[in-house]
Amino acid sequence: MTTAMLQDTDPIAPPQGANPQPAAMERKRRPHPLASTRVQSILLLITLLGSWEAAVRLLKVPRHLVPPVSDIALALWRGLATHPLAKDGFWYHGGVTVSEILLGFLIGSGVGLAIGIVVSQMPRVEALLDPYVAALQSVPKVAIAPIIVVWLGFGISSKVVIICLLTFFPVLVTSIAGFKAVDPDRIDLLRSLSATPWQIFRKAKFPSAMPYIFAGLNMAAAFSVVGAVVGEFVGAQAGLGVLILQMEAQADSGGSFAVCVVLSVIGIVLTGLLRRIERRVLHWMPADTSQRAVNT
Amino acid sequence: MSTTTAKRPRGRADYIRFEGLSKHFGDGDTGVLALKDIDCCIEEGSFVTIVGPSGCGKSTLLRILAGLLDYSTGRVLLDGQPIRGTRRDVGVVFQGSILLPWRSILDNVMLPAEVLGLPMKPARERAMELLHMVRLDGFEHKLPRQLSGGMQQRASIARALLHDPKFLLMDEPFGALDAMTRERMNEELQRIWMESGKTVVLITHSIPEAVFLGDKVFVMSPRPGTLERVLPIDLPRPRSMDVMSHPAFAAASASIRERFSHAASFD
Repeated sequence: MTTAMLQDTDPIAPPQGANPQPAAMERKRRPHPLASTRVQSILLLITLLGSWEAAVRLLKVPRHLVPPVSDIALALWRGLATHPLAKDGFWYHGGVTVSEILLGFLIGSGVGLAIGIVVSQMPRVEALLDPYVAALQSVPKVAIAPIIVVWLGFGISSKVVIICLLTFFPVLVTSIAGFKAVDPDRIDLLRSLSATPWQIFRKAKFPSAMPYIFAGLNMAAAFSVVGAVVGEFVGAQAGLGVLILQMEAQADSGGSFAVCVVLSVIGIVLTGLLRRIERRVLHWMPADTSQRAVNT
Repeated sequence: MSTTTAKRPRGRADYIRFEGLSKHFGDGDTGVLALKDIDCCIEEGSFVTIVGPSGCGKSTLLRILAGLLDYSTGRVLLDGQPIRGTRRDVGVVFQGSILLPWRSILDNVMLPAEVLGLPMKPARERAMELLHMVRLDGFEHKLPRQLSGGMQQRASIARALLHDPKFLLMDEPFGALDAMTRERMNEELQRIWMESGKTVVLITHSIPEAVFLGDKVFVMSPRPGTLERVLPIDLPRPRSMDVMSHPAFAAASASIRERFSHAASFD
């Protein structure tokens, strides 16, 4: 933004200044490489990691309490340099966790969206179900994770169901809100053309509700990673959550931090993919407003 | 109605006929009488403007004509047929352009063709012609938000004309525009109407706009909404903005304004 403004004002600048200084203009045109915020944030990261490493070593903090960054990096390397099917490697456990996340996210948000669509087309049903949705939404879903593990066992299905529960509600609630917020004038426009209810849904209601639905999907994506780890903590045979528990049992804090890094990367890739889809679907929205819709 | 009158170039005099039309919102004592005993006719091919203060039921009247709203008592006939529900031969221009923001301008104008299931290729050609008529050449593939308010409203006029409706309804189409743009839009609308020869009913709260555009001005008064009077405007067409200094224009405006100050309290 600031660079754009500078460029805008540049052509006007020379007539204002009596003696335009070539050196100053040169500096304006080609900003110092360290001035870019991207470079600055990378420098900040390096500084933070460096001071972490230095502090742990200088203060002689025990490794099982706070591992030095080098331990985490080493553990990350060891975990990633394994055979994809090795039972102690990141690839095998990561694969289990990612499939749980994808299955849970797709089923949970898919069912949430479907029910949201059906319910919001029937105002009476919506009013009937509204208090139940509100009550169920406020139940902390992770609290029932142990029961679900008891019901469905230590396999992948219990984790998928926990993620479904976590992702279902945000998508349901935002899609109902989205359909409620459709500008009635858009519906009148379609009605004035004698549109069928299906045409009104397809051409006005659904696209109008899209920004809301994506806000719910973004929330669901973040919840799905949490759901997978919680489910694996409660009881599982494989997955990154299991790996964390195993490593903590061996006081390998560097290892469990490394798994956290892997989990973060999974989360970042998932939300990044979603953002890309969102940007493509909501290409018509100005960038700042679509971002605002996501953040609310 | 004899066949000879129906064949007259201007069309039938009672193309739209209101017979004791009333509209009541809500029930019993708590309800509101929005329209009371509207009786009048609109000639085929004419341009009628409806002017009145806010709350006089003019938008309700338009929604009834569009078939978007039921009426309580009386009848409304369009071309001899009672209006029941929406019709395919009506075009509506809404207050605010109501373009769908995810569609390009061309796709917005094409919307009636999609909804009504018209053949796509001729509809597309017609959409391009209409965009040319409303002077939006080169903006077909832009998104609505990339256009100014006046351009958006012109696109919505093109959309309302796509399926070649015999009857065009406009609900304060230029209310949100600045005075300069509005005057230019009024001239353009007159040109479009003269080219297309459709029956137009336009709602406005601007007296100059009503007098400038209308063959007849329907003056309404509020609470309950009644048709105060029908004022014929005998000014030559095409009218330019200079017509505003014409004595007949001033007289018509003054008589409407006088009605307003009698009928309407300030709100």
